[in-house]
Amino acid sequence: MAREVISTGNELAAKAAVEAGARFFGGYPITPSSEIMHVSSDMLPKVGGTAIQMEDEIAGISAALGASMTGVKSYTATSGPGISLKAEQIGLAFIAEIPLVIFNVMRGGPSTGLPTRVSQSDIGQAQYPTHGDYASITLCAGSLTECYTQSVRAFNLAEKYMTPVFMLLDETIGHMHGKAMLPDMEEIEASIVDREKFHGNPADYKPYDVPMNKPAVLNPMFEGYKYHITGLHHGDEGFPTEDAAQCEFNIERLVGKINTVHLENDGLDDLPDYEEVDLDDADICIVAYGSIALGAYEAVKKLRSEGIKAGLFRPIMLWPSPINRLEEIGKKFENRILVTELNMGQYSKEIERIIKRNDFTTLLKANGRPIAPAEMVAKVKEMI
Amino acid sequence: MAFNYDKYLRVNKMPTLWCWGCGDGVILKATIRAIEKMGWDMDNVCVVSGIGCSGRFSSYIDCNTVHTTHGRTVAYATGVKLAKPHANVVVVAGDGDGLAIGGNHTIHGCRRNIDLNFIIINNFIYGLTNSQTSPTTPRGMWTVSQKNGNIDPTFNASNLAIGAGASFVARESMTDPKKLEKILVKAFSHKGFSFIEVLSNCHINLGRKNKMLSAMDNLKWIDSITLPLKKWEAIEDPIEKENILPTGVLREVEQEEYCDMYAEIQKAAKGERAKITQNDFEKKI
Repeated sequence: MAREVISTGNELAAKAAVEAGARFFGGYPITPSSEIMHVSSDMLPKVGGTAIQMEDEIAGISAALGASMTGVKSYTATSGPGISLKAEQIGLAFIAEIPLVIFNVMRGGPSTGLPTRVSQSDIGQAQYPTHGDYASITLCAGSLTECYTQSVRAFNLAEKYMTPVFMLLDETIGHMHGKAMLPDMEEIEASIVDREKFHGNPADYKPYDVPMNKPAVLNPMFEGYKYHITGLHHGDEGFPTEDAAQCEFNIERLVGKINTVHLENDGLDDLPDYEEVDLDDADICIVAYGSIALGAYEAVKKLRSEGIKAGLFRPIMLWPSPINRLEEIGKKFENRILVTELNMGQYSKEIERIIKRNDFTTLLKANGRPIAPAEMVAKVKEMI
Repeated sequence: MAFNYDKYLRVNKMPTLWCWGCGDGVILKATIRAIEKMGWDMDNVCVVSGIGCSGRFSSYIDCNTVHTTHGRTVAYATGVKLAKPHANVVVVAGDGDGLAIGGNHTIHGCRRNIDLNFIIINNFIYGLTNSQTSPTTPRGMWTVSQKNGNIDPTFNASNLAIGAGASFVARESMTDPKKLEKILVKAFSHKGFSFIEVLSNCHINLGRKNKMLSAMDNLKWIDSITLPLKKWEAIEDPIEKENILPTGVLREVEQEEYCDMYAEIQKAAKGERAKITQNDFEKKI
């Protein structure tokens, strides 16, 4: 039995965090994500968890990472400017392999930009939020329900792959108020992933002694397995090293444990990385994600009602991209793809990279306003 | 019987990366001796350090250790302590780390009065990166980033901690390791934010252009700018007083500790106690 709730995207994200087992929030106020902190500060202490508003964005993620090192599932929430400030700590989370969920409720940028208006211009930032080489996992909610379900998934992926995971909402979906259907708690509890632990003799424990493309096994602090965590390149014990072969292995493993595994297994878990609507018999494929996809559903319906066979491809996992499926779509829809997004073409570039052509049409907007279904319909009509 | 440091050290990581004659090793030993006096179980100890020479401090102690980013030590440690209030957490930073890039976290750690033991190793310079001006570099001294002499006013770290509300503030020099050990035991025993400014040498990068070429020269200079608190209080000339740093415990008060207060928040949220109101606090503003 699903649970029917009336809520907002931000509130559902916080609820998902708590129900996914997170017990620590560290953050700093920023529009349009603050409600995630507000709800967390109410919900977490009720279940014995902790929510702290720190002195700045950097401290917010630092505290969350510190808590995660003790084995407590942790998260932070912010918007683009906050990610810019947190960037260095995100790098530490990547190289030291500390699980963390980072909510970014996207607003217009760059800089202070458009604090109260919608945007999807941080998807590139989510892919490469900090200096150095690594691979990012990024999920993007396309409905109120997904603000919950994909957030739960984000925590599971963070624990499974020992990495920071980006959970993207945008201002529209974060502040949207409406009905959502949530899986019941039994289903959620059955899906929960906890990080792997080493149970052997502490003297034999080497947290980073793992094969290529496997995540580190970091036991929580204070459980008898003493080791060193550092943002420097490190060997299997976690102790700093500059050994060339070790550094090369580290970087290949950090990238491979996400990108190679995703490609080889056609996903990082059993859940779909994308949604398709009416695509099987379609002549036109609209690509949209996040709140813009809500308009795209309407556009598909409208076009179909007028006899134009349109369909929708909606990526849910933005990074790594669903490469295999996008390649097939590229082959099937020559000159017949419309990519629509609230930025100057950040996902369009990825489509071009994957299908190796630029014969698709884009409908882009970066002025803080959404893209209306009518605009998509008009654009599709130009294409045919 | 000689003190057994090996029990507390990652012996296979010795020797340290620190220069010959560096005070960091003395402070490491004093810290270990203080931990032994406290009788802490090392499984329950976390040492968090930042970036700089002091950043390596954590890696040599055999416990749960974290080498974080530049300046963010107190913020990471706040997460560790709040998530596991039973843990004994020691934070180590340098003067550049804790007062320049990480100054904000130092201020707010003190203000929150969370039960962290914050050792700030003040060697008056950025040593690791070759002698750039730090917030505590004395005016008029030569650094590679101010080749005509440092004109920046000098930061008084302990005064900052007092102003920000740390409930335990002490300053000691590593020239007297026994005294330092005693001060550290007091700091570790104190419940709340303990700020310990330890004056140390960097004859390599502070000394080389400021006429303190040996560790001893540098240490003599430190001795010349410090006086125990009581003697310092007796100084009458205000200018002389400003140029001397008092050592010893500078502030020790009982204040509500942050994790304890958060435990009350959790109780209130679970309905195990009445809601928290302004009446719960003696000092409201």
